[in-house]
Amino acid sequence: MSHLQFNANLSEALRMDGELTRVPAPRWQQRAQERGVHTLTINNENGLSSRSGISSPHSAKTPLSASFADKSPGRGKSPGRSRTPGRALPKLSVRGPGQKTPSRKTPTTPHNQQDRFIPNRSTTDMERSHLLLVTSMESSRVEKSSEDDELSFQQKEYQQKMSENLNDGQPPGSRILSFKSKAPQGKEGYSSNLKVLYSAGKNTAPKASSTRHIPSVPEKVLDAPELLDDYYLHLLDWSVNNHLAVALGNCVYIWNAGDASITSLLQLDESEYVCSLSWIKEGTVLGMGLSSGLTQLWDVGQQKLIRTMGQHDGRVATLSWNSYILSSGARSGQIFHHDVRIADHLVSTLNGHTQEVCGLKWSLDGRYLASGGNDNQLNIWEMRNTNPLHTLTQHQAAVKALSWSPWQNNVLASGGGTSDRTIRIWNCSNGICLKDVVTNSQVSSLLWSTNYKELMSGHGFTNNQLTIWSYPSMTKVADLSGHTGRVLELCISPDGQMVVSAAADETIRMWKCWAVDKKEKKKISKNEGHPDSILARSIR
Amino acid sequence: MAGTKQETRNSITLKGSAQLVSEFFYFGINSILYQRGVYPPDSFTYKQQYGLTLFVTTDEKVKEYLDNVLAQIKDWLEAGQVQRLVLVVTNVDTKEVLERWSFNIQHEAGFDPQSLKEGKEGNKDLKIIQKEMRDVIRQITACVTFLPLLDCVCAFDLLVYTHTDVNVPEKWGESAPCFISNSQEVRLKSFSTSVHKVDACVSYKIDD
Repeated sequence: MSHLQFNANLSEALRMDGELTRVPAPRWQQRAQERGVHTLTINNENGLSSRSGISSPHSAKTPLSASFADKSPGRGKSPGRSRTPGRALPKLSVRGPGQKTPSRKTPTTPHNQQDRFIPNRSTTDMERSHLLLVTSMESSRVEKSSEDDELSFQQKEYQQKMSENLNDGQPPGSRILSFKSKAPQGKEGYSSNLKVLYSAGKNTAPKASSTRHIPSVPEKVLDAPELLDDYYLHLLDWSVNNHLAVALGNCVYIWNAGDASITSLLQLDESEYVCSLSWIKEGTVLGMGLSSGLTQLWDVGQQKLIRTMGQHDGRVATLSWNSYILSSGARSGQIFHHDVRIADHLVSTLNGHTQEVCGLKWSLDGRYLASGGNDNQLNIWEMRNTNPLHTLTQHQAAVKALSWSPWQNNVLASGGGTSDRTIRIWNCSNGICLKDVVTNSQVSSLLWSTNYKELMSGHGFTNNQLTIWSYPSMTKVADLSGHTGRVLELCISPDGQMVVSAAADETIRMWKCWAVDKKEKKKISKNEGHPDSILARSIR
Repeated sequence: MAGTKQETRNSITLKGSAQLVSEFFYFGINSILYQRGVYPPDSFTYKQQYGLTLFVTTDEKVKEYLDNVLAQIKDWLEAGQVQRLVLVVTNVDTKEVLERWSFNIQHEAGFDPQSLKEGKEGNKDLKIIQKEMRDVIRQITACVTFLPLLDCVCAFDLLVYTHTDVNVPEKWGESAPCFISNSQEVRLKSFSTSVHKVDACVSYKIDD
């Protein structure tokens, strides 16, 4: 019986409308009185405790501070058992009528409510109900006393939220002012530098379908301690004799790809360093640009310096051979053509760049010279002309990566630096950009494959990867990742099957990405070890 | 500016606080304009403030605009009439609001305009105030990492929320609140001069 009373009270308490009024003592109270529990005072302030005392008449002698929760009949405990107050949950304990606590007011008035049948008591969480009941009653009382309003709590909250939303959380009664003459708008055509950060890592180019297997790991990894992490330099070159020249700080080493032997070629003074390396087309002569502005020619076969040619104002960051002409690009923006056969070697000077020349490549037929500078310009020069044939300004950053197509004499690929990140393919006879691809990463080097209609680019932040592009669709064939620093330079092996990449993580990795089928390979006449060319012999 | 700082040490008047807050707005707004790339970086120069190197604009028009607006805000702050300053970044072409940097200004408890006019003064160490301001500006800089790229030509505007009884100068006009539809809001740190309390938050358009 007592549990039914309790539930009746609970449902009563959940109805929170209307002020608490004294009502005639309910039936259960009357009945309790009839049974002789006269000592109990019914206190409205502590309705719950008095109820708990009454609802289990046999426990009337136990202290009335017994917990409401403990008394919950849902637990199925015998009503006559006495409860120790210590077992009561502290939150839920309700004091007896003698100890009035003004802070905890749990005002309910047991109405003349009929018993209600609740079929499944085990699912009812009595403790929680009580807590909710007590707290919500308290809050509703505060509401009621502060605002004598007809609106219910929910409605008021809704109104408040709406006005906050409509007024941006501002109490009504404010105005928004702005200065009438506005600040100027941002510059047209200027794009935020942050774009580099945001677009890096995004994949833009579609993937090309490829049936060829490209190993995703390098064939070989060489350590390259003290390799200068300088975007503008060219510290790696692979000769036709299968010698790989690498400049590490102020030293130059020759790695023989045939027998993997290493020779130290030279060591400069501490203050100087090697800026660029370039092998002659055939033979063992290595051109070397130094930080002092000198250009040196070394015979690697005999390991001796053949010639020193001067003199640029700044370091010589790039070199390119065109038969007997060695062109050198320097920090001053000047390009010198050195005729290595004659004593008066300086045959012409090209003044097309205002800043450091960082990319320089003669076309394979020797007709055009492409030069890229830190002034974001790409110049195309004709053999015997000191004025550029074309000045291409589409790149938004330094143009270092340059490569001439091996199968079309006037097609050039160029790649821009960090704030440009595009690869452009040019027709150099008319200066038209045939293709452009946004790579979302600095392009540090470009290479055309001789075996496939493909192109490889070396990248910096964020993935430091090598990307193989199919030409002319410019779709992505593969990404070769492994470098943990930006890729600085790419070189292709004399047979066109291997690519070597030097990166800022001080490693040199070799990738067999353009391997030729063994059957086809037999057809290709192999370039056997070149004897010194006639040209090389004529260098004084 | 250095002179005012000396005076405000340990006794912060309403005027001093208004000066500090408007100075913070000057550097805060400049930082937002620089960090968010509203104007090209080459139109900014650097200045040491709050122990940081902060970028301030050198563009004459932007400078003039900021000087005008901030002078007025300072006056209103001294009168206790500003509730909020909002920097709105809009796309010039579509007029769409892309970012909304909001600075809520409240008077600290017990420092209502009335009692301040009667001579009540705050007493917070200037170094602590500047440290709090520095933290807010650092957060503005750090916001670049999560805010979407402003990949268009942008313009900015400053909205001032004031009391209704404010005197509106001729050059000022009413404005719309410029809300962002489908926005995400990030709360930043707040600082207090012991007279004014400034809460910062940024809301930005969510890219779908």
